[in-house]
Amino acid sequence: MKLLLKNGRVVDPANGRDGAFDVLIEDGRIARVEANLPANGADVLEIAPGWIVAPGLIDIHVHLREPGHEHKETVATGVASAVAGGFTAVACMPNTDPINDHAGITQFILKKAAEARLARVYPIGAVSLGSKGDQLAELGEQKAAGCVAFSDDGRPVATALLMRRALEYAGMLNVPIVDHCEDPSLKGDGVAHEGYHASALGLRGIPGVAESLMVERDVSLAELTKGHVHIAHMSARESLRAVRAGKDRGVRVTCEVAPHHFTLTDEALEGPIKYDTNLKMNPPLREAADRDAMIEGIADGTVDLIATDHAPHHADEKMLEFDRAPFGIVGLETAVPIVFDRLVHAGKITVRRAIELLSVNPARAFGIPGGSLSPGAPADVTVLAPDARTTVNASALRSKSKNTPFDGWELRGGVAATIVGGAVVYRG
Amino acid sequence: MTTRAVERPNHAERPQAQDVAAPQLRSRHLLAIADLDADEITLILDTAVAMKEIGGRAIKKVPTLRGRTVVNLFFEPSTRTRTSFEIAEKRLSADTLSIATATSSVTKGETLVDTVRNLEAMSPDMIVMRHSSSGAPQLLSRICRSTIINAGDGMHEHPTQALLDAFTIREHKQRLAGLKVAIVGDLLHSRVLRSNVLLLKMMGADVWACGPATLIPVGIERLGARATTSVDEAVEGADVVMLLRIQNERMHGHYIPSVREYFALFGMTPERVRRANPDVIVMHPGPMNRGVEIDSAVADAPYSVILEQVSNGVAVRMAVLYLLAGRDERDEGVNA
Repeated sequence: MKLLLKNGRVVDPANGRDGAFDVLIEDGRIARVEANLPANGADVLEIAPGWIVAPGLIDIHVHLREPGHEHKETVATGVASAVAGGFTAVACMPNTDPINDHAGITQFILKKAAEARLARVYPIGAVSLGSKGDQLAELGEQKAAGCVAFSDDGRPVATALLMRRALEYAGMLNVPIVDHCEDPSLKGDGVAHEGYHASALGLRGIPGVAESLMVERDVSLAELTKGHVHIAHMSARESLRAVRAGKDRGVRVTCEVAPHHFTLTDEALEGPIKYDTNLKMNPPLREAADRDAMIEGIADGTVDLIATDHAPHHADEKMLEFDRAPFGIVGLETAVPIVFDRLVHAGKITVRRAIELLSVNPARAFGIPGGSLSPGAPADVTVLAPDARTTVNASALRSKSKNTPFDGWELRGGVAATIVGGAVVYRG
Repeated sequence: MTTRAVERPNHAERPQAQDVAAPQLRSRHLLAIADLDADEITLILDTAVAMKEIGGRAIKKVPTLRGRTVVNLFFEPSTRTRTSFEIAEKRLSADTLSIATATSSVTKGETLVDTVRNLEAMSPDMIVMRHSSSGAPQLLSRICRSTIINAGDGMHEHPTQALLDAFTIREHKQRLAGLKVAIVGDLLHSRVLRSNVLLLKMMGADVWACGPATLIPVGIERLGARATTSVDEAVEGADVVMLLRIQNERMHGHYIPSVREYFALFGMTPERVRRANPDVIVMHPGPMNRGVEIDSAVADAPYSVILEQVSNGVAVRMAVLYLLAGRDERDEGVNA
């Protein structure tokens, strides 16, 4: 079975390629990337002028909710959402019910993913049993079962000692520890960024340093252990400073920023819909200086990658008082339009940098396949339509949950096609 | 405008053609002071003057809200505010019922939205709600047909408290503009603080907010108050001193070392009051913690207007109910 992607602009940063090429896919792998390839019996996918052929996008921070919270999302609906958003692979967090702290659960998730046959799924295992912070999970067994990283996401790795041991142990396995950085005592029962808007709305605040204190701990421990720490969903300018300082002294630290944190600020809580629970996420939307710092870090390379923290919640769960509603928003299907509209078209980053952030670097940071269009690599390809006019329609999302703050937003940028293992699994 | 508003409650006793030009509130809800403008605040305060007169009669009842159903939905314990609303509603002849958390289906795990939708199925006209979550009335206003009156939401706002405070200040000072108002206490957790700062600032007062550094919300200056940790500076030359309750559990978040130290540093004593203007009035929204934020000698002094605040609460809430109900009627007329 052969597929020829004809007349595209190929942007493949891993191979230093950016130009007009055809891409031939054979038996699920990239066969050739050259100008003017003949069809020779291959199916032809005509790439429209202006479209970009990129290595498949990878979101290393999603919540697929299965097992246990299937009313929010399942592996099947989650990967349907992923490919509709241009992602050919996702890494899913372990805060399911039960927590993914055992190889049996990893195998279950992988079985569900294989049945869905859409995006590739890479489970992230829990650092500690039940993510309780008491005892290391069997990381070696979990890696053998298919886990690509470890995290107690939803909460931080509880103690400095556990983090130290986890980094040492995971370093032996050559996988990263992903930390949800938050000092629990400073976070308290906060629900919004500590600033003027939380004060005006009477919402309990979470200061930026609640995050950065833990980032600083983790950077220091990564330095001590030579392990690899990956900072999840970074939101505070103080955290960016800590990561930058760590990188400057050669610490193995990588970090991600979610689209909402480089797009929205806490001012959105004031309206048009006051106390919109679709603006409640953890870490919270911060102030303009933080949002701008995230953009700066994305542009200057301090930020390694963009990940969505796709966190589906049922409408009933969000239809609550602000302080009672769960944290989190869906993100898989809005990431590409936001990245193009707010970063690329806004002149903050190049197309090449966007693809590094969404494909090359996620693959490298987590040591997973993909991130390039090298001959012989699995044929995971995303065809991007940078100038497509996208109007976000929450009710039309493939995700089982519709909790997005971007409903109705008009954005420039979209996904034309998603190809996984040589099969076209989504057409925009 | 002032004269008309004063007369209207009496006119309302007998059926009258609607006066299209009469001033009214823009929203059908009262959710927050932040949603009001200075004219609306003046309208409510002026209307309350006439309402207060009704409370002074031998027969303290007018038929204005006859046939209207008002539900008082209190998800937090409250004696003063709930009683005040109930009396206001009864004086306007509304059919009222009060629901407190202990007797509601909330304890059975029903959501706020479902609870209120069930109440709405019985066609109330107004819902007066007290809730521990900031923004709960805003949530309801998006889904309800009824008029929502906020009787206090979390740490956010308590609009009728600020209105009755302003009414009380105006009775004593004949104005709000230009007055120095010092608010002292737990600023961080106080919905009374937020509503009062917004209202008083809008009406031209010079608002000072004072408390320990641990209890001053970030960005309070942008809300409209000058913040200080010096109680002497706050009270110096003040026309009004307003105290906010310090809850005993504040020791647990490390906000204050002890109520004893709080009283030593911030407690309102007669000595501290002497720094204020000679004609100062001292206010407290209640419930008071004697010997913590306020010395009994201040609470019971001639310049204390704390019980007047309670009396005025009924008149101000009558004014709010009356104006919102009148607005409601007009909406129905337009829709018919």
